[in-house]
Amino acid sequence: MRFEAPTSLNAAIELLENEAGVVRILAGGTDVLVQLRSGQVEPDLIVDIKRIEAMQTITEEDGGFRIGAAVCGAELGGHAGVCKLWPGVVEAVELIGSTQVQGRATMVGNLCNASPAADSVPAMVAAGATARVTGPEGSRDIPVEKIATGPGQTSLGRAELVESVYLPARGVHSSDAYLRFIPRTEMDIAVVGAGISIEMDGNGICTHARVALGAVGPRVMLVEDAATALIGTSIDEAALEALAQAASSAATPIDDKRGTVDFRIKVAGVLARRAAIIAVQRSRVD
Amino acid sequence: MGKQDRDFKAVGTRPLRPDGVEKVTGRAKFGADLSAPGMLVGRFLRSPHAHARIRSIDTSKAAALPGVKAVVTGDSFDITKVSSGNHDTLANVMARDKALYEGHAVAAIAAISVSIARKALKLIEVDYEVLPHVTDVDEAMAADAPLLHENMFTANLTPKPTKPSNIANFYEFGHGDIEAGFAKADVIIERSFKTAATHQGYIEPHACLANMTQDGQGELWCCTQGHFMVRNVCADLMGMEISKLRVTASEIGGGFGGKTTVFIDPVALMLSKLAGKPVKIVMSREEVFKASGPTSSTSMRIKIGATNDGRLTACEGEFNYQGGAYADSPVQFGAMSAFACYDLEHVKTVGYDVAANRPKNVAYRAPGAPMAAFAVESVMAEMADRLGLDQLEFRLKNAATEGTRSSYGPTYNSVGLTETIKAAQSHDHYSAPLGANQGRGIASGFWFNFGGQTAVSLNVQEDGTVNVTVGTPDIGGSRASMGLMVAEELGIEYDNIRCIIADTSSLGYNDVTDGSRTTFSSGLALINAAKDAKAKMCARAARIWDIPAEAVEWKDGCVQPAGANAGEFEPMSFAEIAANADNTGGPIAGHHEINASGAGVSFGTHMVDVEVDPDTGYVKILRYTVVQDAGKAVHPAYVEGQYQGGAVQGIGWALNEEYIYGEDGRLQNAGFLDYRMPVASDLPMIDTVIVEVPNPGHPYGVRGVGETSIVPPMAAIANAVSQAAGVRMTELPMSPPRVLKAMDDAKGG
Ligand SMILES: Cc1cc2nc3c(=O)[nH]c(=O)nc-3n(C[C@H](O)[C@H](O)[C@H](O)COP(=O)(O)OP(=O)(O)OC[C@H]3O[C@@H](n4cnc5c(N)ncnc54)[C@H](O)[C@@H]3O)c2cc1C
Repeated sequence: MRFEAPTSLNAAIELLENEAGVVRILAGGTDVLVQLRSGQVEPDLIVDIKRIEAMQTITEEDGGFRIGAAVCGAELGGHAGVCKLWPGVVEAVELIGSTQVQGRATMVGNLCNASPAADSVPAMVAAGATARVTGPEGSRDIPVEKIATGPGQTSLGRAELVESVYLPARGVHSSDAYLRFIPRTEMDIAVVGAGISIEMDGNGICTHARVALGAVGPRVMLVEDAATALIGTSIDEAALEALAQAASSAATPIDDKRGTVDFRIKVAGVLARRAAIIAVQRSRVD
Repeated sequence: MGKQDRDFKAVGTRPLRPDGVEKVTGRAKFGADLSAPGMLVGRFLRSPHAHARIRSIDTSKAAALPGVKAVVTGDSFDITKVSSGNHDTLANVMARDKALYEGHAVAAIAAISVSIARKALKLIEVDYEVLPHVTDVDEAMAADAPLLHENMFTANLTPKPTKPSNIANFYEFGHGDIEAGFAKADVIIERSFKTAATHQGYIEPHACLANMTQDGQGELWCCTQGHFMVRNVCADLMGMEISKLRVTASEIGGGFGGKTTVFIDPVALMLSKLAGKPVKIVMSREEVFKASGPTSSTSMRIKIGATNDGRLTACEGEFNYQGGAYADSPVQFGAMSAFACYDLEHVKTVGYDVAANRPKNVAYRAPGAPMAAFAVESVMAEMADRLGLDQLEFRLKNAATEGTRSSYGPTYNSVGLTETIKAAQSHDHYSAPLGANQGRGIASGFWFNFGGQTAVSLNVQEDGTVNVTVGTPDIGGSRASMGLMVAEELGIEYDNIRCIIADTSSLGYNDVTDGSRTTFSSGLALINAAKDAKAKMCARAARIWDIPAEAVEWKDGCVQPAGANAGEFEPMSFAEIAANADNTGGPIAGHHEINASGAGVSFGTHMVDVEVDPDTGYVKILRYTVVQDAGKAVHPAYVEGQYQGGAVQGIGWALNEEYIYGEDGRLQNAGFLDYRMPVASDLPMIDTVIVEVPNPGHPYGVRGVGETSIVPPMAAIANAVSQAAGVRMTELPMSPPRVLKAMDDAKGG
């Protein structure tokens, strides 16, 4: 097994391109190392992207933020601008692991690991985030919900990587929130996750909404019916009830060691409703 | 709360533990921390099937791989030379004809590196005939269940069964006439319960370093609760003389009963013997879950009758415990302890010990009692509610006291159950207000405690300090407690005493650290060893003064003339006599060997407040109070630690911990991510109250305290959750999906 830590994006892509065997990109390594130790993967090449300076930065862009692929959770959580604009995304990232894990784990790693239960992904999807995918053919920007295609599977081509994620600008009366259900209080994996982003007009009517659910299907899902339930309403009790119904009916979970189908379907609605209430409160504070 | 007149000086104080600095600085040596020159690494090949006949194992390719130094299979051990009591242990350590659970060891390899060992394991070819399997206890008891052992005929049944089954043993306890008792009842409640299998969850995986030399001698370093047991079992499996194997117990990262047997040790010894080199084996966490010894899953039925004024008239219980591949469940203890808290005229319990395709059961803290208490105390709570009685009053009214004939036979001498209930009644927790969706649960619990074989020695050094040697691994701060008891008896400073756990060649046989026996038994033996040393020191002083030994006495840590007639001498201090040892007969030491009895049972009463999220079924533990009788708390901080630890393990067992099997009979959650033990942020501070009703069987009144604390929690929490959720919970764990479903079903129905 070869380990490389290139200092430029091009060098990284070249390394990926020239390796015929099994490759793993290493960001924080909090998934990769676990997979290595358990013998789940035996890569021929590991490419560590943390030495690439451009990937270590958060930059303001068109009123939104571009977050480099190697930015860890602790750094993201310490960035006042991102925290103010996308508190739901930040709270989702900060749920990952513990203080120790936060010093390593990245949002992009969470995305590319392609777990349906990844915490930051529903929040990113709700935020309408885009991923910049770069490879030998150049770069393209795609919605983050297009990255994962199934558990552990991504749409990334050979020798492609995610260079950064972009969180867009948003209006005044807007905010977002993410909630997950775990049977404990931390160090656990989401049984259900719900990310919600809303925008209200000056009269308190919801003009825009995105709702995403995690751990209730093979990949994180954007639930348009759930968003529709909110748009045009003041997000009152009836809208919240419709939201919960829509979220529950969109959920297509499985029975497994982490939860039952019935439980996940019901809790998807419960969390969507609770996250919406938090997002509304946050949108008023601004 | 003490009833003891005696004034203690050292006992009852809270000094630092002697192993503290090494542990907090990371220098303590645990099982995996020792290395030896030329050491090889040992690795296991384990069955992927829950139940399979092993037609053949071909290890030739693996053995031929460069870097592989030894290969072991079941045939490497000569079962004809192994005593019959260890046959199951041997078959569990290395499968013979059948693999009986997923993870059952079928071969092992010693190689010069981990990567070679891994490669070699892939080269071993096992021809399996996959057989139907069964993991659920009720299904395993069914007449048409897949049979694990063709020669398993239920023991203790009359008439003797003519057909084999998965039920290894039948037990029955009680007295009186339960039918007559139920006839006198105004209210009868009968309910069924189920609990999932749980693991002790110790943080340190099993690890050992074995070194067999060509002359047939062996050394073994391992993490265990009982290295003398390890020595005797391994010597038997290896066909060695006991004295030729020296076993040293490492520091231990938790055991909770799970390290009272052997898994990897005999295999490491055999690999070392074949390779002619030291071999180290460290289990992975996955191996710990799949192939060490969790406790039983259970299925139980409880029937309790009471009069309107709250007197129990009859209690009946049926306990079915799944004991893993060899039916080693603690159902006997479950059936014995179930109603041990109460003073009953008519009581009957029966227990079935059931084999299933799961790992061989090993003890887990108060083996068998927590599940039984969950069932019994749930019905007790329901009965109190039905009768409109206060939970604690109801228990007090029926509590066992001195002179009560216990439900399992013996008559109690001095016991502290009523004292724990009264302390709970007067605790401010009991009257604190509850909010919406909150509930309070109460439960009492019992554990037998144990004494057993114990040998200790105590050496007085010339500077007046003392080395104390015990053979019971310290799993809860017992070295500190030993020091305190010796300090008390000798009248010297705690800091002048150093206690170690000696290897198996340095002391006589010591039973395993289990049954909450160590502070009781090793302490008792040390008090006697100290008395022995004191008698010798009296004789030394008498010799210096040239007066008869009977003419001196021990007082306040000094030897002095017994009376005016003995002569006029200044008292001699402990240190002075120690300093003069070489002129007065040589080294001074005390010894004691005993098979201790009189351990003294211990009772506890727990209170817990919970809040249930009505929309998700999530249970939050808000407040928890443990009240327990310690007899005499030698080191109160470590007694409190035992109370808290038991409660916390009980919280995990109650809420989320469980062995989850797939249709294929494979364990689905062999790791701490999905085997959900509580994390620190899940827990409130666990409050403790130490009650002291002295044990007449110990010179200082000590009772074991390590196990009783895990007996009431699941019942207490189930009672609290049932109150908060508005529906009786009868199955563990009370995980969110289960609680939510119960609430929804209750609303719907
Ligand atoms: C103790 C612990 C607790 C955890 N708790 C949580 C939790 O609560 N919630 C949660 O969602 N996750 C959790 N995780 C999982 C993990 O921490 C997260 O998924 C984390 O975000 C992964 O980020 P990373 O930078 O460490 O990824 P890495 O391990 O470095 O990579 C993850 C995957 O993404 C690929 N990858 C990484 N970067 C790129 C890139 N730029 N382009 C293309 N592919 C890339 C890697 O090849 C790999 O397949 C936990 C892990 C641990 C060890």
